[in-house]
Amino acid sequence: MPFRETAMRDDKKTRIIFGLGSVLAALALTTAIVAATGNNPLQAYGNIIQGAIGSPNVAANVLVSWVPLALATAGLLFTFTGGLWNIGIEGQITLGAIFCTWAMRSLQDTALSPGIIIAFAIAAGMLGGIFWALLAGALKTFGGVNEIFGGLGLNFVATALNLWLIFGPWKRPGVASMSGTLPFEPELWMPTVSAQSRLALIPLALAVLALVIAFILLRGSHFGLRLKAVGKNPKAAYLLGIPTWQHMLLSFALCGAFAGLAGAVQVSAVYHRLIPSISSGYGYTGLMVAMLVNFSPVFAGPVALFFAALSVGSIQLPIVLKLDSSLAGVIQGFLVLFVLIGNGLRLKLLGRKRGSI
Amino acid sequence: MTSDALLFGLSGVLSSSAPILFGVLGETISERAGVSNLAMNGMILLSAMGGFAASLATGSLALGFLAGAAIGATVALVVAIASISFKQSQVAVGYVLAMLCRDLAYFLGNPIMGMPGPRLNLSPIPVLSSIPVIGTLLFRHDIITYSSFLLIFLSWFYMERTKPGIMLKGLGENPRAAYVRGANVNRLRYLYTVAGGAIAGLAGPIYSLSVKAGWKGTISGLDGIGWIVLSITIFGGWRPFRAAIGAYFFSLLQWMGLVLQPLMPNVPSQVLQVAPFPLMILTLLLVNIGNAEWVERSLSHLPESVRRDIAKVLTALNATPPAALGMPFDKDE
Repeated sequence: MPFRETAMRDDKKTRIIFGLGSVLAALALTTAIVAATGNNPLQAYGNIIQGAIGSPNVAANVLVSWVPLALATAGLLFTFTGGLWNIGIEGQITLGAIFCTWAMRSLQDTALSPGIIIAFAIAAGMLGGIFWALLAGALKTFGGVNEIFGGLGLNFVATALNLWLIFGPWKRPGVASMSGTLPFEPELWMPTVSAQSRLALIPLALAVLALVIAFILLRGSHFGLRLKAVGKNPKAAYLLGIPTWQHMLLSFALCGAFAGLAGAVQVSAVYHRLIPSISSGYGYTGLMVAMLVNFSPVFAGPVALFFAALSVGSIQLPIVLKLDSSLAGVIQGFLVLFVLIGNGLRLKLLGRKRGSI
Repeated sequence: MTSDALLFGLSGVLSSSAPILFGVLGETISERAGVSNLAMNGMILLSAMGGFAASLATGSLALGFLAGAAIGATVALVVAIASISFKQSQVAVGYVLAMLCRDLAYFLGNPIMGMPGPRLNLSPIPVLSSIPVIGTLLFRHDIITYSSFLLIFLSWFYMERTKPGIMLKGLGENPRAAYVRGANVNRLRYLYTVAGGAIAGLAGPIYSLSVKAGWKGTISGLDGIGWIVLSITIFGGWRPFRAAIGAYFFSLLQWMGLVLQPLMPNVPSQVLQVAPFPLMILTLLLVNIGNAEWVERSLSHLPESVRRDIAKVLTALNATPPAALGMPFDKDE
């Protein structure tokens, strides 16, 4: 696009103004919708804030739910950089949880120490995520199936597999139920900061590490640069001698590893068993976070924390205010939508004065 | 199974395909114009909830369907504005809207969850409905199922036999040529995206006022249908009749899951319920694999006669998307 003299410049200030405007628009619309349903928006927001930071216990829960979200987002930064929409991440989390449960079940009666069993189980979970991600990647690169639809199909398969295991081979002695498999012995639970808390430090450290790895690989490595070239223009990258499909598969595998880790954490540190909705939509929300931060590894962590706070904070809404907890998703959705539209509007105003749609 | 039960089952397959047909054909129109509306999954949930709420409040079924179409058109308009005017990625906008509309449906639908409400009655067609077999199969449905039969034919006729229909295909295939021939590409894309959204938006009230009457929140069993609709659109190769075959095939699979359940006590019911989803989406492999380069390469090693047969099968299955699908058009570039 040729440079054009316009009244507005694409500097930091413009970006911040548009960013703030988008956030305000999202908040205004959410407020209007809550008010339109006959409820007090301020009360609803107050309840969400109270539910997210009102006590040390709920604040710890925000961190507990930040871990899988941050892991998923960190993984998605790789696939997005490679120009891929890894919607299949939800199933990759599920497979991570399944593989982790499988390893724990196989090893729990052996003489190995609990620490080693958990380490093996976490590694197994990562392998499960990689396996499922490579399936989606192979469907894309060798079968020509768009990764969105291949991934969604695999998500459904993962859900079916999970349910089959919970209600079939791994069912609780006696009667199978939606509450999941039999919990593991407490010595196989990942240690938490205190007996009452669900917050474990090892997963927290792993999530931070994942974001750091994503930052280093994507911002400071040759691999990151080549992956970016593949994402921007696969044909040109191929002509420049970059092995295109190998890079795509590698980004799938990295994303799958982080997703599988998230699933393994949910099993070994949070639920201590396999439950039907083990992936809890963290993958889908991770896609939103990654889009909102425009695929930046720097902002992924904080924004994931904000999204986790919204989700955890809204859990009390149905009990206290008789509002559905999906309000958190509504706020998140409007935020991403308005930031997208704001971006488009900014570029349009900057780029061309000749008006045409 | 008695032959009566079989007949009623198959008749049910036809009526439960109606919402999928509206969704798939609406999406086909939009994608033919070059705009893929990925919001489908959330849009169907929101229009199902909205359509039910509207007809609950007014007591009018017609207003319920109208509300569904209006919601579909509105969501499609947002996709159009963001992607056509603001040149944002259609996938990104569609995905966000899919998530947003789903949560909006659950949030706004909370107060009416589980309420009894109006429901569309069957209108058997006199005389025709008393023909044995065919009467039960085709002529004992509600008005919306009849409309779905008609919609298949109408959308085919519009696209293949009318002048504006040919232009519609040009918008997605070669917008520059369409522009040269005098079409206002972006305005027409707006029009078809919104129209396709309105048609697909009817899928929601068809569920909540007929096929799965009522609004039951997260257990309505509608979450995921929109993604199926999008994959059937691909499976259908953007052609109405082939899309219809895909829709009926999917409903048939779902019905068979229900019928086979008692015969397979070892398989949990939850597994059979989701089984058609992966099957349907993995059929995409069949329609796409002909495009892959390595297939062509490995085929060239086979003896001529075998190769020709395989190539013929792959070509028949193959579906190629509109060439300019997802790409913004700028007449000055």
